[in-house]
Amino acid sequence: MLLRWRSQQGQRRVQKKNAYYSYTQHFHGADIAAAFYVLSLKGGFRYVGQSDWFHTDKRGQFNWNFLNHKDTPLEEVDMSCSLISYSGLENLVGQQSLRTLSLQGCPEVDDWFLARLHVFQDSLEELDISHCPRITTGGLAALRNLKGLRRLDMSSLPGLSNPGLVIILLEEMLPQCQIIASGYDLSLSQEGIEERNEQHEQGHESDKSEKQAIY
Amino acid sequence: MLTWRRLHVKASAVHGLLTSRLVTEQHTWVHGHLPLCQSLSTGTPVRNDFFKDLEAQFAAARQKAADAMPGSSWSPIEINPNLPPERADIVIVGGGVVGWSIAYWLKQKERVRGALKVVVLEKDPTYAQASTVLSAGGIRQQFSLPENIHLSLASADFMRNINDYLGVLDEEPIDLQFNHSGYLFLASEDVAHIMEENYSTQRDAGAKVSLLSPTQLKEKFPWINTDGVVLASYGLENEGWFDPWTLLNAFRRKAMSMGVVQCCGEVTDFKYSVNRAMTTEGKSLDIRRIKSVKVQMPNSLEYQPVECAIVVNAAGAFSSKLAQILRVGSGAKNTFEGISLPVEPRKRFVYVFHCPDGPGLDTPFLVDYSGVYFRREGLGGNYITGASPEEEKEPDPGNLEVDHEFFMEKIWPNLAHRIPAFEKLKVRVETLSSSLVVFNLSGAADLKTKV
Repeated sequence: MLLRWRSQQGQRRVQKKNAYYSYTQHFHGADIAAAFYVLSLKGGFRYVGQSDWFHTDKRGQFNWNFLNHKDTPLEEVDMSCSLISYSGLENLVGQQSLRTLSLQGCPEVDDWFLARLHVFQDSLEELDISHCPRITTGGLAALRNLKGLRRLDMSSLPGLSNPGLVIILLEEMLPQCQIIASGYDLSLSQEGIEERNEQHEQGHESDKSEKQAIY
Repeated sequence: MLTWRRLHVKASAVHGLLTSRLVTEQHTWVHGHLPLCQSLSTGTPVRNDFFKDLEAQFAAARQKAADAMPGSSWSPIEINPNLPPERADIVIVGGGVVGWSIAYWLKQKERVRGALKVVVLEKDPTYAQASTVLSAGGIRQQFSLPENIHLSLASADFMRNINDYLGVLDEEPIDLQFNHSGYLFLASEDVAHIMEENYSTQRDAGAKVSLLSPTQLKEKFPWINTDGVVLASYGLENEGWFDPWTLLNAFRRKAMSMGVVQCCGEVTDFKYSVNRAMTTEGKSLDIRRIKSVKVQMPNSLEYQPVECAIVVNAAGAFSSKLAQILRVGSGAKNTFEGISLPVEPRKRFVYVFHCPDGPGLDTPFLVDYSGVYFRREGLGGNYITGASPEEEKEPDPGNLEVDHEFFMEKIWPNLAHRIPAFEKLKVRVETLSSSLVVFNLSGAADLKTKV
């Protein structure tokens, strides 16, 4: 029961962070609310027409000057290593001028999040989803709607089982997009395949021995 | 107990002493002056066997004494451990995804832990003929009734948060292998207005769907032949397909961790009590209440009557058969008892084929206005296809044999017309399947005709 509480606590924390900022929206407008949301999740953004970024530092402190720019949509958003999730995207849905979105290393970004990115299908040009542990091949198929995408970074996605094939299929699906995919072992050498098979078997054996220990 | 143990110790000590003496005597007698200490005789001494047997007999006698004491689980009557329990609160007949989902939600909603005893009965644990595992596994919001759209949106929400609902502590997280590729419905001229009406219903209910003209369709999916297509409806979010077997096992694992009992058996009969009441017009009315169901064990004459309060019919394609066993619809014609369950099993074929030049990762679940559908399966150029036959030519649902002629005559021409790349394809015969689909005669018949 205690273990269940602990895992539920983690989920509740993520949900709280990604709640809908309706209060802020009501008082300051959708753009300021979106900016505030990005900053409170320890991300950074840049307004349309401005050249300087607003970032949150490690201690959670940020510059409140972003309130001066009323009704300016966001152009570039950097949410690397933040707790953004599907429900949190509700705060960013209205941003029709979003051009760059970086989600590098976000633990809560999964396939359903990628499917919801279709709201940015006209404007999004650069997307960075590298090092996200919960993304799989089915979610990458959801990127088919982002016809304006010019640069996609999908390096080191641990959830992909056939990275080489998926990269080729993605390149076919998005012909105008430059796909960056580093951090995969795409070698066809026999040694590489044997090593991977050995690792698989070791993984299976350790799983089996753990299961036997529990029973 | 202690006396037995002491006897055992003495016996082993005695046994040890005797054997050692025997060995030494043998040595000095047979090989007095030989340097090797190896026995060359082939016959084993008889006295060794006797002591080994004595040990085994002592152990067996100890075990018998322990069983005879109260507190042991031995009984002279042999009971089959696979029988369902004698009493249960709710018996769910049918172990498909619907049956296990009902069991999970019943346990989820019980106010007090352990208040409900739920038993799920499945007659075939291999699921060889179950609709769940043989289905194409797609989910869509493109329906015509708003209730269906809301249900489907709720299911998509459930699947998005499936680990919160069905996650079991210390077990692997559930991976449904959900492909978010969306559904694409094509409409010809005569059904285009229905598609537009449905689009506004879907948008109002909150589904994320977009309408495409033929030029937009060709731009998005250049491998489609847009001859005869006037309008297309494309799902943007929450639509796609997944692995139904994983979902079934996730429900089962979570329900069993909450205490649902799983049994393998078939319901063949039931016992009921009758209450006689008078209607306002003075006619007498028989109100029947189920008391127990008779569960037959597979491949045996054994059965177990399970006393229950509620029986849930989740048998899928076989639910009308179960309803007949439970005598639903056996009353007089114009009465409530005379209404039989309006569900019929219908046979549907699913074919897997391989095409090397087919459409790639963004292939949606395409449903043509001729009734033919197909979707991508995996990354190796395999596709799944099928079609609904016309009303008059329904195949016989008695057996589950696959009809290849149906593919050659009804499916392939339409498929090749719509997607020219599929003119060259190879059917993978070993993975053909046919499944029984539940077809509602009154309720969901609208769904079938209204796109």
